[in-house]
Amino acid sequence: MKKSFMGIAAGLLLSSTVPGMANDCPIKVGVLHSLSGTMAISETTLKDTMEMLVEQQNAAGGVLGCELEAVVVDPASDWPLFAEKARELLTVHEVDVIFGNWTSVSRKSVLPVIEELNGLLFYPVQYEGEESSKNVFYTGAAPNQQAIPATDYFLEELGVEKFALLGTDYVYPRTTNNILESYLKDKGIAAEDIFVNYTPFGHSDWSKIVADVVALGADGKKVGVISTINGDANVGFYKELAAAGISADDIPVVAFSVGEEELAGLDTSNLVGHLAAWNYFQSAESEANEAWVAAWKERMGEDRVTNDPMEAHYIGFNMWVNAATEAGTTDVDAVRTAMYGQEFPNLTGGTAVMLPNHHLAKPVLIGEIQEDGQFDIISQTEEVPGDAWTDFLPESAVLKSDWAELGCGMFNTETNTCVQIKSNY
Amino acid sequence: MADLALSFSRRPVAMRHPSVVIFIGALALFTIAVTILAEGFGIGVISNSFVKTLGKTLCLCLVALAMDLVWGYTGILSLGHMAFFGIGGYAIGMWLMYARTETIVVQSLASAPLPPTPQEISDGIATQIFGVVGASEFPPIWAFAHSLPLQLAAVVLVPGLLALIFGWLAFRSRVTGVYLSILTQALTLALSLYLFQNDSGLRGNNGLSGLQNLPGLDDVPQSTVSMWFFWASAIALGTAYLLCTWLVSGKFGSVLRAIRDDETRVRFLGYSVEAYKLFIFTFTAIIAGIAGAIYYPQAGIVNPAELAPIASIYLAVWVAIGGRGRLYGAVIGAALVSLLSTWFTGGQAPNIRLGGYVISWVDWWTVLLGLSFVCVTLFAPRGIGGLFDHLAKLRSPKRRGAPLGPDAGALREKEADQ
Amino acid sequence: MVAALRVVLACVMLVLPLPMLAQDTGAPIQRLLQEHGDVIVKSSRKTIQPAIDALAASGLPEARDVLNRWREKEMWVNKDTGTFVFAEKAPEKQLLLFDVAGSAEIGLAEAKAYRQLKPNSGIRGLISAALVQFQLSDPSPAFRLAALNAIERDPDASHLSALRAVMDSETQPSLKVRIARLERLLTIQFDQDDSARIAAIEGFQGDLGVDLRAVLSPLVVTKIDAAETLPDGALVVEVGTDSLPTAAAYDMLVAKDLAAPHVTSDALRAALIENIDGTTVAGVQVATLNTDEARLKAYAELAREGTVPPVISNSDVLQTLEQFVFFQTFIGAPPAVALAAQAALLDIETKLALSQTADLALDALSLASIYFLAAIGLAITFGVMGVINMAHGEFIMMGAYTGYVVQLFVPDHTLSILLAIPLAFAVTFSAGVAMERLVIRWLYNRPLETLLATFGVSIALQQIAKNIFGTQARPLTSPDWLDGSWVINDVISISYIRIAIFVLALLFLALFLFVMNRTRLGLEVRAVTQNPRMAASMGINPDKINMLTFGFGSGIAGIAGVAIGLYAKVTSEMGTDYIVQSFMTVVVGGVGNIWGTLLGASMVGVLQKGIEWFNPSNTLAAQTYMILFIILFIQFRPRGIIALKGRAAEA
Repeated sequence: MKKSFMGIAAGLLLSSTVPGMANDCPIKVGVLHSLSGTMAISETTLKDTMEMLVEQQNAAGGVLGCELEAVVVDPASDWPLFAEKARELLTVHEVDVIFGNWTSVSRKSVLPVIEELNGLLFYPVQYEGEESSKNVFYTGAAPNQQAIPATDYFLEELGVEKFALLGTDYVYPRTTNNILESYLKDKGIAAEDIFVNYTPFGHSDWSKIVADVVALGADGKKVGVISTINGDANVGFYKELAAAGISADDIPVVAFSVGEEELAGLDTSNLVGHLAAWNYFQSAESEANEAWVAAWKERMGEDRVTNDPMEAHYIGFNMWVNAATEAGTTDVDAVRTAMYGQEFPNLTGGTAVMLPNHHLAKPVLIGEIQEDGQFDIISQTEEVPGDAWTDFLPESAVLKSDWAELGCGMFNTETNTCVQIKSNY
Repeated sequence: MADLALSFSRRPVAMRHPSVVIFIGALALFTIAVTILAEGFGIGVISNSFVKTLGKTLCLCLVALAMDLVWGYTGILSLGHMAFFGIGGYAIGMWLMYARTETIVVQSLASAPLPPTPQEISDGIATQIFGVVGASEFPPIWAFAHSLPLQLAAVVLVPGLLALIFGWLAFRSRVTGVYLSILTQALTLALSLYLFQNDSGLRGNNGLSGLQNLPGLDDVPQSTVSMWFFWASAIALGTAYLLCTWLVSGKFGSVLRAIRDDETRVRFLGYSVEAYKLFIFTFTAIIAGIAGAIYYPQAGIVNPAELAPIASIYLAVWVAIGGRGRLYGAVIGAALVSLLSTWFTGGQAPNIRLGGYVISWVDWWTVLLGLSFVCVTLFAPRGIGGLFDHLAKLRSPKRRGAPLGPDAGALREKEADQ
Repeated sequence: MVAALRVVLACVMLVLPLPMLAQDTGAPIQRLLQEHGDVIVKSSRKTIQPAIDALAASGLPEARDVLNRWREKEMWVNKDTGTFVFAEKAPEKQLLLFDVAGSAEIGLAEAKAYRQLKPNSGIRGLISAALVQFQLSDPSPAFRLAALNAIERDPDASHLSALRAVMDSETQPSLKVRIARLERLLTIQFDQDDSARIAAIEGFQGDLGVDLRAVLSPLVVTKIDAAETLPDGALVVEVGTDSLPTAAAYDMLVAKDLAAPHVTSDALRAALIENIDGTTVAGVQVATLNTDEARLKAYAELAREGTVPPVISNSDVLQTLEQFVFFQTFIGAPPAVALAAQAALLDIETKLALSQTADLALDALSLASIYFLAAIGLAITFGVMGVINMAHGEFIMMGAYTGYVVQLFVPDHTLSILLAIPLAFAVTFSAGVAMERLVIRWLYNRPLETLLATFGVSIALQQIAKNIFGTQARPLTSPDWLDGSWVINDVISISYIRIAIFVLALLFLALFLFVMNRTRLGLEVRAVTQNPRMAASMGINPDKINMLTFGFGSGIAGIAGVAIGLYAKVTSEMGTDYIVQSFMTVVVGGVGNIWGTLLGASMVGVLQKGIEWFNPSNTLAAQTYMILFIILFIQFRPRGIIALKGRAAEA
């Protein structure tokens, strides 16, 4: 009673023009993660993360005097179903914000719906960039926050001269490798020193590909592997790598899709020293992280691990809470405006800042795989601002996203025009 | 195909098949009810997302109809009809994407200092469409994407031709029964793997997306667009139902059923079994393609996962549960199972507590579906349609213990009666 | 300065009862570290070399230990004072500190005040290379081996003399061989004397090693250059050939500022935009510039006015190219050495190609044995009994999960695999028998319905596995003796696990042949499949035989599951990866004949690897084309490679 009264009071006080005010308690938070199907393993963790965050926030007094309520739906790893469920969340459940998606294709599926209904989506996974939607905040890494620094690390710290870009055949590896190829050529790596290979999801027969990679070393250049191999296929890949006796000192492998969760399915003793690049590792040393890991383990069990997309949701959710509090409403447009410049401490130390292009500025970490399945952080950069449109592809270099000043996510700086307000899907 | 004799009986189709009248009536009533209740033109009780779900379900019923024709009536267990469905979606999706992107590109280039050349427009569209998969040139497969009529033709022609070629090869070399099923499944797998490749030029795993936005109709709200597609789905289903009923009711239908029951005998009677099978295989592939073309603009996205072999298997499951060899059975099965699936996996179904263990439907629905399918096959091969047989008090033919033949699920009693 | 610091420190330590006293901040090694403190803490391979060199060359007794422990991430630095210590993690966020000088224990300290130095693997390589001088003559062979490994990874000129110094004194035969090889490799790379290098190159006659090719290849690198006259000793390169296309040749001239650059379409557009004058460009209406021809015309007009450089035509290009000669020179080594290296590389080219083919063949064989293993259970249930079991893939999965569960309880990998194989057989045998009793026997005359019912079982089993084990891949670790691979030479190698699968496939083949041809069960199975009524009247119980046969086929699938899980992954969906291919294998080979299945598996394996070889960057394409090929193949040989003839074919 008291709460709803406060909500009404807050609503009346703050604004009488904005509909969808905080006065309709509870505030609904949509969670759009697959709980069944192939993506369930990754996404269920994020659903649990969101439920934990909502509970923590409610324990801390909710938002705008309202309780938060997580509305969980299951898009079942079925991409068209993502669009359907997003529409359901926005129109039937009338949620104020959605946290969800993992794969790029599911995001592309949801985009038109979110834009049509003016929803708000927080997307927590590293992705290929080349997109900036008015209605989406990208709290995962753009290529320049993961792939480019990792490649720099290969070039400068490990002295790699020849690159094998191995990926699963879908949009994230394709675009990332495309950007990396162009970047490497800029850095003076010849086209014949870049070997690209794509394999299907769940690929298991790696012997020939691993042999091809070893054979790259025949011209005396140091070989490094940049892996965008996704999910299960990594198991066979790393097993074959270990069987071929390739140590991280001979041919280092840096992976963009292998985190703590994925390593749980592997015997890591043969993989010690191989690398992964993320914005967060469970082994990060900070007090906030210790508390976060402890809370997670307490809730989910001792053997569970935390990972990068979880941190992305942690930052995204807290920023949204702060923005809503600042705006005094959960109205999408008001919250979006309040989001720009929001700051929130990372779990790895330092501060994440929400940029006008809807991406975060976050530090980039490079970790070495250890025997216990955790990562030893050997390199941590300053905060890198996320770049929606990469600077390393000619078509994208001229594009810029700025929703605060220009009100456009795809602004051509050459012609000074907005290519389109909606995003490309 | 000269001996494809379609008989015209003196009594009108509707008289001989009361189920047609009931079905068309029910469909019409349903359509009107949804129209009234929905947001687009009615009072808005039904949410827009549910209208889309219903529209999509009608399309699934349509493809189930095709499946029933090819499996329930002709005895070809095709595990590839969802592939044709997907191809239909791709064909229309290419135009939808191209045309929508073209509008955007032309608008944005209009403010450039120089008027754009056709090449620049085409490059711009290609960059927009293929930028996400790291390419910026149109693959040859997109040659006709700019034209709606040509892509509409592709909706019919591509699945039709593919079915024709595949069917010609397979039927010619007398591949039948389970071998044919496995072969159609392999075809589906090959197709979906092909589409998964980026090199296929259809955006790989991402597929074609944003299909719900009709080009040039940005101002029309989605609630209206969904109603249009809902009507289209209903009309397509109704028309196909009439067409199929007409097809299976005459002599042509009798030959089909005879092929199902004993192919060799029909061949010895002088019928060209291959021609009949080829016709029905191609015809149903075209229906599947059309169903896909109406389905995917409602779903919004078509991608290779939609063509995965499992989808075609589910199609067989729907038809089997609904009741083979009865057109209404296929429709009922598809509607019931797909809607139930949506409901159970949507998390709306209440969980069941069993002592310490909570049965969550999200997890256990597939198990239930799989097992119920086994049960239907074993105990009720006639599926839900069998219930109607019961209601209609169809007599069993007196076979004096002779086996029912290879397909226990078919509507043989009634047919034997005719 | 240091003295003052020590006084201050001493005062601090008097006040605080911390056991810091013991640290000798003035020790030479500490001072040396402090001197390079910044770069050591910065920890970047690009800047670290001086610090490592200084340590290695310092001659201090602790240098080796410091380098070693630094590499092992045991060195920490005090965030405030910058003093270096060795440390071990102690409970309650504390560190047990040791002095870098002499490794004496200092005592416990708060971990917060210290920062761990984590040299990345690039730096660790450099440290290892610096440690070579200490380790090469170490009494322990393990250290000497480590030194050799380090040289192999990061060789430099100084290692050559070090190697030569220890060459004769090495006593371990295996190390001696490696030293000799390394010495020759380093000679090729770093020796000043060309004839020594050539001699070393020639000494490697016919060697296929990647390390040798890695040394030789940089020597034969050539560079194509252009000049107006041909320099001495350079080889002329013809323009317009594969090694130098016309466009590349012209680009080279442009890069050297010897020719005018092409006007790209972007540049052309930019030039036009720049010269827009109201609504016209060079007298042409802007609005009409919506074709390439119109733009070129306008540009030509501008060029004629002299505002922009003219468009370079093809004849211009050819004309310019005629004025220059193009030639290539060796840039990796003096010509004599380069030619020797080239000869050596040419020499092994054929052998290399042969080895690569052999390796590909091994891969194909291995893939074939995996397919065979996955299909052999089907060869029994489908091939012999004619039952379509779509849940076959799920039996494979059940076997793999059995292996995983066994490993949870039996940590010893060898023992657990030995246990897992019979257990997997038992589990899937029972599952198979249960399925036969409950489902399949009611459907023997209705193959299409068997197919569908087993599909139902398949999706149910898959989902149950997901509910129990989750969707994440589970580890199934092979025993140590199956780790690694059998290396014939640097090109041909195959992992032991694949060899094991190959052997297992052969064993299964033998088992199948034995059971079918030499046992009573086999006789009865054949009798029942050919004519159940006749068999029944001869006193055979067809029900029992069918049940046992189906169980046997399923059991074998379970064992195959353990093997497949060992080499790839264990997930609930692993069955679907194999089901279609397995059916293909059986159908292509010819139903009802185990040799046919073998041939089918070989064909599928060879085909897939062959297509992969043609298009190495896209594995997915290989799978697609393989399936298409099989579909076509079946059209033309519907009964498979080995077709049963006569009455058996109709059964």
